[in-house]
Amino acid sequence: MTTWIDIFLLALVLTDFRLLASSRLGAIIQTTVFQAVSLSACMLLMAVRPISIYIIALSIVTFTVKGIILPWLLRRAMREADVQREVRPIIGYSASVLIGVVLLGLSFIIFMPMKETVSGSAFLMPGALFTTLTGLMMIISRKNALTQVAGYLVMENGIYAFGVILAVEEPLLIEMGVLLDVFVAVFVMGITVYQISREFDHIDTDRLSELKD
Amino acid sequence: MDMKLFGPVIHILLALVISPLLMGIINRTKAKFAGRKGQPLLQPYYDIIKLLRKGSVYSTTTTWVFRLGPVAGLSAMIIAILIIPSGGINSLLSFPCDFILMAYILGVARFLTVTAALDTGSPFEGMGASREMQFAILAEVVMFMGVAVLAVGTGKISLSSIYYTLWDSNFTNIAPAVFLVALSFLIVLLTENARIPVDDPNTHLELTMIHEVMVLDHGGVDLALIQYGSCLKLWLFSSLLAGMAIPVRTGIMIVDMGINTVGILLISVFVGIIESGMARLKLLHIPQMLLAAFSVTAAAFLWVLR
Amino acid sequence: MTIYLILLALIIICAGGVVALFTGASYKAATWIGVASSILGAACAIFAAGSALFCGYHTSIHMAWQIPFGSFYIGLDPLSAFFVVTISIVCAIAAIYGAGYLKSYSGRKKIGAAWCFYNLLFASMLLVVIARNGILFLIAWEIMSIVSFFLVIFEHEKKEVRDAGWVYLVAAHIGQACLMCLFIMLAGGNGSLDFDLFSVSADKSALFMLALIGFGVKAGFMPLHVWLPDAHPAAPSNVSAVMSGVMIKTGIYGIIRIIYILGIPAQWWAYTLIVIGAVSAVTGILFAMAQRDIKRLLAYSSVENIGIIISGLGLWLLGLSMNNMVIAGFGLIGALLHLVNHAFFKTLLFFGAGSVVHATGTRNIDLMGGLLKRMPHTALLFGIGAAAICGFPPLNGFISEFFIYISAFNLLTCKVQGGPVEGGLIAIISLCITGGLAAACFSKLFGIIFLGEPRSEHAASAHEANGSMLVPMMIVAILCIFIGLLSPIAIRFIAPVVEQLTGSGNATVPLSMASGLLYKISLAGLSVVVVVSLLWWVRYLLLKGRVNTKGPTWDCGYLFPSYRMQYTASSFSLPVINMFRWIIRPSLNVEIMKGYFPVKGKVSTHTDDIFRKRFFNPIFRFVEVVAHKVHKLQEGRNQLYVLYIAITVLVLLLIKLR
Repeated sequence: MTTWIDIFLLALVLTDFRLLASSRLGAIIQTTVFQAVSLSACMLLMAVRPISIYIIALSIVTFTVKGIILPWLLRRAMREADVQREVRPIIGYSASVLIGVVLLGLSFIIFMPMKETVSGSAFLMPGALFTTLTGLMMIISRKNALTQVAGYLVMENGIYAFGVILAVEEPLLIEMGVLLDVFVAVFVMGITVYQISREFDHIDTDRLSELKD
Repeated sequence: MDMKLFGPVIHILLALVISPLLMGIINRTKAKFAGRKGQPLLQPYYDIIKLLRKGSVYSTTTTWVFRLGPVAGLSAMIIAILIIPSGGINSLLSFPCDFILMAYILGVARFLTVTAALDTGSPFEGMGASREMQFAILAEVVMFMGVAVLAVGTGKISLSSIYYTLWDSNFTNIAPAVFLVALSFLIVLLTENARIPVDDPNTHLELTMIHEVMVLDHGGVDLALIQYGSCLKLWLFSSLLAGMAIPVRTGIMIVDMGINTVGILLISVFVGIIESGMARLKLLHIPQMLLAAFSVTAAAFLWVLR
Repeated sequence: MTIYLILLALIIICAGGVVALFTGASYKAATWIGVASSILGAACAIFAAGSALFCGYHTSIHMAWQIPFGSFYIGLDPLSAFFVVTISIVCAIAAIYGAGYLKSYSGRKKIGAAWCFYNLLFASMLLVVIARNGILFLIAWEIMSIVSFFLVIFEHEKKEVRDAGWVYLVAAHIGQACLMCLFIMLAGGNGSLDFDLFSVSADKSALFMLALIGFGVKAGFMPLHVWLPDAHPAAPSNVSAVMSGVMIKTGIYGIIRIIYILGIPAQWWAYTLIVIGAVSAVTGILFAMAQRDIKRLLAYSSVENIGIIISGLGLWLLGLSMNNMVIAGFGLIGALLHLVNHAFFKTLLFFGAGSVVHATGTRNIDLMGGLLKRMPHTALLFGIGAAAICGFPPLNGFISEFFIYISAFNLLTCKVQGGPVEGGLIAIISLCITGGLAAACFSKLFGIIFLGEPRSEHAASAHEANGSMLVPMMIVAILCIFIGLLSPIAIRFIAPVVEQLTGSGNATVPLSMASGLLYKISLAGLSVVVVVSLLWWVRYLLLKGRVNTKGPTWDCGYLFPSYRMQYTASSFSLPVINMFRWIIRPSLNVEIMKGYFPVKGKVSTHTDDIFRKRFFNPIFRFVEVVAHKVHKLQEGRNQLYVLYIAITVLVLLLIKLR
């Protein structure tokens, strides 16, 4: 069973690399769907047998929010803002992937001592941390507001993966996480991006910094 | 004959005899996808034989370096074939870290091909040489990383013993990692053998070529040696890939050998499909692709460490 | 007995140097004396060291000395003997090369002085590796630095040579300062600077760091390498060969010796070494790739090779700290072998570079080309050196890199949970990238210099080197091939050192494994040679009697190709440089062409040493600013100075007697 959890987590790690490497927004959004799939699958697999209806519901909610609603919102925003791809990232794609490899190694080194203590998979904590870091990397290194929102989403996926460990004991925490997602979706997507795009005809956050004075 | 030697010798003979067929299969697959009839399967053999019958034309600029290139390139491939196992069957020359010797022997072949290209003084060949060296650096790193994954996964450090134990009892433990490595090896295979999406062997513009432009000036016997050498190289990488990707070890030598050979031929078909379905990448994107392969092996590495 | 022989060697070499000095400007006399004394001295030293290595005569001389804490204490254990042999071989061969190389300077320069400094450098290096007393060691070390400084500024009428000399002198003395601190701390309480009386009471890690910096400046790993790419091209080629081949290795000797004295290492030392090695190897070869100056390129490649050696030493330490003798033994074998190998092929390459520079009158490889037809022997030998430094079988470079690899892979597979897998992985990846880059770099070097058509008048009118320059190259090339093909024999030379440095009895397993491996590698190497010759023969048979014609190079339809359209070194390396531009930061200057009928455009690229530009220059500028401020104290009035003295005395008295 742990092997299967690990495989889904490995898929999570690989999708992170895809996020770091791709410039097309469409691909990025699609990748977040994959992440949602692997996260909800992990959740089901982690749960103690017999599976309670609660866990199943949680994982369905997770998938619906992260895998259907949010990507749909993102795609819509993409259409509205009429952007297809990140044009000039602050950190290039090759460099992002290289930094990603280093971060992955670091996440493993950080959680090496805790390997035995955490229940279940040895891949979970490092994978979760790496996903969080990937999200942060995307926010730091990309200029496009939509990519940054996607980065936020990825970061949230990472935090959620941390939460999966505790899902059995602390279901409320996870619910809060899901609620937070919805909040982010409504707030950031609906209002900010749309407004920016309507106001400035572009969503390049770099040029927003001119507004600071 | 000693049974221990029998397997490896058969493998080497197979490689020497069948390898040009791989090129034929690739061309045939591409033709089928393009809706053409395509050249005969044995066309690479005819080409090589025809070239072997020809005389030579050498540029006045060239020296012995130019003449050494094809000969040494083919010899290096032959020696490298001695090192690789065929599926679970040991190779003729196997010792701890033998893959390093293999990689460096391939390096020798590349070095001599590149110097032979530079020997012509042609700007186009210089260009090809420069690109070849650039991509080889990255491909080699991916390859070593991949072997490191397999070495950690199996706890063995010679190719033969790695492949022998690869699909053993702890198979389920490392299977995902092995498949990831196989994926990145496929990219290495495409790069090292100058296939689409890295390089287009059938392109007609010298400026865009990588590998083919380096051998523009070779003709006759030398070109035959080069073509045969690249067939062997394709065999070598396909064999390594097949041993990884096909999770079957019966323990019966002949059957294993057959499975591996079929696997190699299937890989050729697959390469043909890739070539039909993909366009060439921009030169600037090739390092990115190899980097992606590297990150995949990095993830696989962490899998085997877990 | 043998120790007296090495003393005799020192005396012969020094005496030869002094006599050569007094021959004045006579080229012939100075050269004969210089070369003869070097070879004779080297023969004595090798004999002495050989008997120490093989017959186990580990003797020493201990004489009292007037200098406080000093004693004339020299000894010959396997480690010293190993370095003595390497130094002696390279110095003797470089002396023969120098005889031919310095000929062009006769009349213009004082050849006698050059030989005097050369012999003193030789002697001081020998003294460094056999000294067993801190003071003696530091004196020898200082002589080595000063004498090599004089050799670097041999052509002191050129400004860049003088600048290179000053950078070198400053760097050498920063290192020397660290070494003084190191030895004072090592002497500790018991007040003796003899190596075997050192009591390691101080913090071991501090000592290790001091040794690493102090010796590292000489060894020239990143980021302490800044003097190296300037000093090597400035010196005459025979001296560059000695400096790069063996002098920087005395730094490695120092590091090994201090670690040996300090005993069981901490694990983070090993990591430090592996990371330093990885960084030096990769950045060193990257900077080499970006160079156009042939000797500067070789200098950066020395940084790379020092990095490889340091990686090997790191694995040795890691093995020792884990008490895994296979890892330790293989790492050490790799490091020591690579040390010897680098000494040989780098000497060969510097000799070749010297001959090429001598023949063309320029160091810029973009102006060369087609030299293979003009200097065929040099080209062949240089090609062997280039292939060897890339680590290609069946040459020697492969053997040493192979051992470092195998040590690293052993580390990976032993897979201690949470254990040092990272160390092995860093070593493997860095070695692998380095290998690929080295192949690119040296195929460029060989290809652009010797192949194609000449790119300038200089190259077109080049001539073959004279015999006294070719013979030494041949000897070293044969040594490279010998170590490559007959490695099972070569490894016996370092077996005693490995035994000494891994602790008695621990080395048997790795050594026997190593010789078993080497038989197979030699077999593979030999089969490469056999298959190549067979195929060559087949090709010869096929082509015999057929129509073999000659023509121009295929020009892809363009009818007027000229030699200027060939790929240059800069264009060859551009893709690789661009790929790694985030590390080495090349600068590109383009003058954009203007007007409808542009006449002239200009593009130039330049690669500065980032460590020098971004790290050392700011520091030294800061020091300069501070020095200017302090300068105000030096008023030039005697009264003021006496005042300083008075104040100092008062303060000291107050502190001491209060």
